[in-house]
Amino acid sequence: MEQQALNGLFVGSIYALFAVGYTLVFGVLDILNLAHQAVFMLAAFIALALVAVRLPLWAALPLAMVAAGCIGLVLERVAFRPLRDRADSNISGLISSIAVATVFEAIAMQIFGPDISRFSENTFPDRIIHVGSATASLLQLCIIGISVLLMGALTLLLARTRLGRQIRAVAESPRAARVLGINVNRVIAAAFFISSALGGAAGVLFGLAFNSISPDVGRSVELKGLAVIILGGMGSIPGAVAAGFALGLIEVFTVARFGSSWRDGVSFAVLFLVLLARPRGLFGQAAAREA
Amino acid sequence: MRDLFLAYQSLVAFVGINGLLALSVYATLCCGQLSLANAGFMAIGAYTGALITLHSNAPFIAVLAAAALAPALVAVPLGLPVLRLRGVFLAIATIGFGEMVRLFFVNWDYTNGAMGLVAIPQRAGLWTIWLSLAVALYLLARVRGSRFGTALEAIREDETAARTMGIDTTAHKLAMLVLGAGLAGLAGGLEAHYTFMVAPGGYGFARVVEMLVQAVVGGTAAFFGPVAGAAFLTVLPEVLREAGSRLGFAPGPFRLLLNGLILLAVILYLPNGLVSLKRRKA
Amino acid sequence: MLSLGQVSKAFGGVRAVDGASFEVEKGEVHGLIGPNGAGKTTLLNLISGLSQPTGGAISLDGARIDGLPAHRIAAKGIARTYQNIRLFAGLSAADNVVVGQYLQRRAPLWRRLLLLPSARREEREALRAAEETLARVGLRGRAHERAVNLSYGEQRRVEIARALAAQPRVLLLDEPTAGMSAPEADAVARLVREVAREGCAVLLIEHNVKLVMALCDRITVLNFGQVIARGSPSEVAKEPVVIEAYLGGA
Repeated sequence: MEQQALNGLFVGSIYALFAVGYTLVFGVLDILNLAHQAVFMLAAFIALALVAVRLPLWAALPLAMVAAGCIGLVLERVAFRPLRDRADSNISGLISSIAVATVFEAIAMQIFGPDISRFSENTFPDRIIHVGSATASLLQLCIIGISVLLMGALTLLLARTRLGRQIRAVAESPRAARVLGINVNRVIAAAFFISSALGGAAGVLFGLAFNSISPDVGRSVELKGLAVIILGGMGSIPGAVAAGFALGLIEVFTVARFGSSWRDGVSFAVLFLVLLARPRGLFGQAAAREA
Repeated sequence: MRDLFLAYQSLVAFVGINGLLALSVYATLCCGQLSLANAGFMAIGAYTGALITLHSNAPFIAVLAAAALAPALVAVPLGLPVLRLRGVFLAIATIGFGEMVRLFFVNWDYTNGAMGLVAIPQRAGLWTIWLSLAVALYLLARVRGSRFGTALEAIREDETAARTMGIDTTAHKLAMLVLGAGLAGLAGGLEAHYTFMVAPGGYGFARVVEMLVQAVVGGTAAFFGPVAGAAFLTVLPEVLREAGSRLGFAPGPFRLLLNGLILLAVILYLPNGLVSLKRRKA
Repeated sequence: MLSLGQVSKAFGGVRAVDGASFEVEKGEVHGLIGPNGAGKTTLLNLISGLSQPTGGAISLDGARIDGLPAHRIAAKGIARTYQNIRLFAGLSAADNVVVGQYLQRRAPLWRRLLLLPSARREEREALRAAEETLARVGLRGRAHERAVNLSYGEQRRVEIARALAAQPRVLLLDEPTAGMSAPEADAVARLVREVAREGCAVLLIEHNVKLVMALCDRITVLNFGQVIARGSPSEVAKEPVVIEAYLGGA
């Protein structure tokens, strides 16, 4: 029981980290960025490549995050900014993000091959730690720690900094933000950088955790991420964090009870039921307006 | 020479099947709804058709009818709650549905789980495929300009205004979702009886994205656009494969790259197909 | 014909419409005026079924219509225009009006599928009727222009034509002359008069006070969601509450 709870928290922390970036962009732009999963995947490969040239992991992770952030800037520039004034921008933006995701996948497949790549054996010290009656690897605990740290940093950034206030203003109303003298394009670009860097971090951690990275590794996480942001309420950061952990726990307990083939079914069932019963998500309207 | 013909023949067949699939996405797009459930509908049609063929002597026309009908029936209870959702929420809910269908078949032992069904007799030929496509095209062509067709256009342009014109928007959207499900199921049935096999892996999110890409690239402002897009994107990678490998690309990534770049270019520079999706924010 | 009894609509704690009662008779042009935010458009949305009242009753010829979905209310003969124009932007003016005929047209799809000539005839007839309706609002020559390319005033008139195409018994007009030149507005006023004379009940929201006074048979004044005055234009103009609401609101 404790073991499963720990496993659930571990998986959930990655889902939450992925979804926080997802929901941040939705909150600001009202657009679903389906290329988020491709950034996640590219960052994992970038970290892999950096570690392969003997860079230590503690340097590879932030570098991969910065690289992911820059990819996010490109993504925003290419796929979203040109469409911003179109009446159908929320659907055409969704489609253009699919286009960019496809290009990213093609690039990864061309460079790293279609098969699974792995980190070399001793990238991370292999140590087991006892937590109550449960055991966890040092890696798992580090992943939970890093995720929580990053999400905390994001929350602080949004709540306390000038950029955070600007992001919230743009999310509330781009027009009003412009009137207040905020450079909306720059704020949106910044939101994409942050979102993609967090998504990239999730990718690196996911790659380390399961030690298997392939060009389509983001696909399954993307669907989990959708379930998380729907459950948490589109655009709500605290909602995404809570829902990420919740989904991780639900999944682990489902697997324990019904077998691993139903793992993915849970997220879709959750997604579906929440959409039908309460499309605003558990954190409701009020929370959905925040950040 | 014979190999060349066979390769060419299967290309023609896939243009037809992909054309039907692109039309199935168009069916909902043309009233402004982005539904991504069609890979799931296709799977239901493919499995229904394959199971009937493997376990009975039903004539092929009946098999195809069942392949179209089964997902159409599923679309009704799906559509009633789901079509209340707008924009991206509808897209997300239907993605969820599609994945649930795929998982269902992965976990269904009767159809060999992830392995799927094999050794399905090849009963679909070029003419069956293209005749089906022709029927679908005729149907959609005749809808345009009719009272029903103008209602669909009105819903696409402004759903609220359409309601106050007396148009039952839910019924219209549901009808098109059901039609799209039927077309996707038909295509699934045809493909199963052309490639000898069905497996859940072929009906994932990637498949519905492929349909959407073809429909959008061809343009959703006209009913023949999606078929043109399907033909273009099915044939082009084959034509350019040589050039791609000379540039050092493997066929798989090259195809993906082409799809992605073409889709991006169309959305950014040729939004004609997308004009039809124009919607006001609620 | 159209009657509202103690109709209320609350959004959260705010009562946008608060116990409004009035009637619009057949052949009458009934003005609905009041300061901005008085609840006029909300009231129109309640009547046309785009939102549901939280209290009270709306009936048409004695039968309750509140609670019905918008398309059913339209089918009972209530058509409307919108304050912030909601044309089908990508369609031509004529096609917009053809959509307006939706409730009048009888054209089963199967006839079209079988290529029956009667279907084609019906379509030509619909288009011709649409052009005629457009002629009524003075837009005969603009029938095949896309709605987005029309001027603001022209778009308003297409909206009126689209509503008229449904041959409504009750016509709800939300600021039909906003943004129009004086001659354009006069033409619309004449048209509204004519429609009423043909037996339609017209409920009109309008800010142009001069036009309202000249055009309407009766006027209802809303402020903060409540009816503060009603009567003939001359009676309403004398009411101190009305003068205060307008001056205070301005």
